Amino acid sequence: MFLFPAAAILAVFFFLPLFYTIILSFKDFSADIYNPVFIGFDNYLILFKSKIFYKVLINTFLFLLMVVPFLTVFPLVVAIVINQKLKGITLYKILIYLPVIISIVVVAIAFKWLYAQQGVLNYFMELINIKPVGWLTDTKFALFAVSLVTIYKGIGYYMMIYLAALVGVPKELYEAAEVDGANEFQKHLTVTIPHIMPSIALVVIISSISALKVFTEIYVMTKGGPLNSTKTIVYYIYERAFEYLDLSAASAASVILLFIILIFSVINITFFEKKRYEL
Amino acid sequence: MIKNFLKGIFSHTFLIFISLISIFPFLWLISTALKGIDENIFQYPPVFIPQNITFDNFKGAWKQIPFLLYFMNSFIVAGFTVILNLIFSSLAAYPLARMQFKGKNIIFSLILSTIMIPFQAIMLPVYLIVLKLHLVDSYGFTAGYLGLILPFAVNAFGIFLMRQAFLAIPKEMEEAAFIDGCSVFNIWRSILLPMTAPSLAVLAIFTFIGSWGEFLWPSIVLTNKFLYTLPVGVNDLQGLFSANWRYIAAGAIISIIPVLIFFIIMQKYFISGQNEGALKG
Repeated sequence: MFLFPAAAILAVFFFLPLFYTIILSFKDFSADIYNPVFIGFDNYLILFKSKIFYKVLINTFLFLLMVVPFLTVFPLVVAIVINQKLKGITLYKILIYLPVIISIVVVAIAFKWLYAQQGVLNYFMELINIKPVGWLTDTKFALFAVSLVTIYKGIGYYMMIYLAALVGVPKELYEAAEVDGANEFQKHLTVTIPHIMPSIALVVIISSISALKVFTEIYVMTKGGPLNSTKTIVYYIYERAFEYLDLSAASAASVILLFIILIFSVINITFFEKKRYEL
Repeated sequence: MIKNFLKGIFSHTFLIFISLISIFPFLWLISTALKGIDENIFQYPPVFIPQNITFDNFKGAWKQIPFLLYFMNSFIVAGFTVILNLIFSSLAAYPLARMQFKGKNIIFSLILSTIMIPFQAIMLPVYLIVLKLHLVDSYGFTAGYLGLILPFAVNAFGIFLMRQAFLAIPKEMEEAAFIDGCSVFNIWRSILLPMTAPSLAVLAIFTFIGSWGEFLWPSIVLTNKFLYTLPVGVNDLQGLFSANWRYIAAGAIISIIPVLIFFIIMQKYFISGQNEGALKG
């Protein structure tokens, strides 16, 4: 009884669509969108034969590789620095957390303006003697430029995860390390990092999965361009499904996305279970 | 002593630098929005403080974009999403935390497994289902709102969070009430819910922020501009004001005011570090 509303919603909006996606991915809609025919794995074969889909997969993983290492390391550094008795800590936290609560649409618009050809970022670049670039118009830079937005919006969020973990590190261990003559850097390397390993793993997983799901930044800033250089898998699914009504390709790509995320989740679960026994 | 002093200086410098980066994109939007038409916003090198501050761009953007309507839509959608999440999550969490019944573990694992299903991978069939259920704006406003709200009316994180909160409450409280003849529903409502108020607050706040900023789903289902939520409306700025960055900037700034106020009032929930349980991916 108590479970019914939640169960009904999860059934209709999670489990039903999940099976529906898988079924759709085996059907061909091109002849008649209302009466699709079952064609087995053809949709997948077509996807893997298309150059654009490889490009999409490569973009997705490149994006992940740019975002995840940075979002794993940098917020930890910020959290360690902020985790001291300093004046104005609350203000720092508020300002650093601010981008997390602002809608990604606004953040993407703000960055689009920074990235303008005659924009502020190119001006700063010139100050340090680097030639201005077309951040969102040059195929070499566009994906990187978009990933900076994802990074920017994530720092505060992951910093809070780390801050929560840092509270649990026993102070005595730092004192012991100091007695042993460790400097600041060594102290964190030998005490902090081993202690908050589960949180580091958590950040790696959360940031990987959200990097795989990136969409809005791309939609607002580049629409996948220039020349598909920022087209990642979710954007591809969106474009296939809702712009080209190519339900076959969209659902086959969705199932592939499901698989990729499933793999990440399984790694996550096995890793965490292992960690739990160790602690 | 000197070492600690240097460490303090370094820490502050670092944090000020990061904080500046954090707010710079918004400050630059404000600066652009405050510049009048007599000031070149593409000037090189850029001018950070506007020479003649004007609010014309804000007025202009406000006139052309029905911000109040978008605020209201976002508020309705986020508000109902929060209310439904609170009710459904805490309802579902109760038997999972307290009762013994067949298949409990299977149901709980099924619920948790939805965490692994990214919405982006199922959005197409969710859209087809919503269409079949006539929950899109072409069937009227209520249908449109329902289509925006229902797919997000409950999520596994909420159920998990509330289950943990219920598990932390000693059973004796309920047993006493039960002996006094209290029904199970009344126990849930008048004992468990008040005692888990902090968890409910955390769930409410994070659900609200998530729903308020949601862009993908509304941009898929909405066709009627009267139902646009704020993020969809703000994205529209770009097309509407084509390359008029003064208006785009002004509109973007106007759009973040409500969530900014919300953040400032609720800041302790966001930055106190007591919300590990509410983390979302």
